[in-house]
Amino acid sequence: MWAFLHRLASPRHFYHLTGRWIPWLGAATALCLATGLYLGLWVAPPDYQQGDSFRIMYVHVPAAWLSLFVYVFMAAAGAVGLIWNMKMADCLAVSAAPVGASFTFLALATGAIWGKPMWGTWWVWDARLTSELILLFLYLGYIALQNAIEDPRTAARAGAILAIVGSVNIPIIHYSVEWWNTLHQGPTVTRFDKPAIHPSMLWPLLLMALAFQLYFFTVLLMRARSELLWRERRSRWVRELLTQDDIQPSAEREEATP
Amino acid sequence: MTWHEFVHMGGYGAYVWSAYGLTAAVLLWNLAAPLRRRREVLARLRRWYEQENGR
Repeated sequence: MWAFLHRLASPRHFYHLTGRWIPWLGAATALCLATGLYLGLWVAPPDYQQGDSFRIMYVHVPAAWLSLFVYVFMAAAGAVGLIWNMKMADCLAVSAAPVGASFTFLALATGAIWGKPMWGTWWVWDARLTSELILLFLYLGYIALQNAIEDPRTAARAGAILAIVGSVNIPIIHYSVEWWNTLHQGPTVTRFDKPAIHPSMLWPLLLMALAFQLYFFTVLLMRARSELLWRERRSRWVRELLTQDDIQPSAEREEATP
Repeated sequence: MTWHEFVHMGGYGAYVWSAYGLTAAVLLWNLAAPLRRRREVLARLRRWYEQENGR
């Protein structure tokens, strides 16, 4: 395990290994997404209170979960980069930010679309919604910081500190529906006793959440690989990769087998 | 469920399908952006190496 992680920390191995993972991650994403959509939109029965509008849950909840997960991932990768001065971790943190921001936006937007028919309003300044909006601003602040600082090492360090400080918002978002009496409904899945949701409605949700999670890793690795190539442009393996005529996927695969 | 029911979504069709449409847009953007970024980085790297060799 440690040997494997150590190999991953080497930019060259990371680039080649992840190049082979991406197609598999993409295929797994497509499979979960197709099954989840079929079960969620076609098979699952309408909710007895909310009718068919509850189907928005299958994109809203996975997007919201992912928005939190990506932030924790970004802060953790930033911390690793900060403490062990690891370039790979910086690449991952920087690459995670735009993905996280887009899913935070999606959680807020689908929430508004769901809120209109159910609550009669697109938006309320309730604790859950407000703290999720702050999360979006944290992501945007992080991205702005990366763009404002020229030197990637300094930018990564500043970004990591922002991400770590901002992570106090994560438990606030999670517990906001319990701490404050809000319009947003309480958790139905992550309760310690039995989830308050029927299996025929729960399965599509879990599949969609898994699909979003796999999708995050797919596009994260795609971003991180490009980021890595540019940051490592002075090293020999990148030079060789680029000056070998053209970089076709087949050529990369040959390169990857030692 | 019939096709009509599927599209109609018990009267919530406009809400459900706009939420799913938005999701599709966000997923596609997340795929298109790294692909475009990769092309940009490869082009930038080629220029960078050409400049270096020219020196």
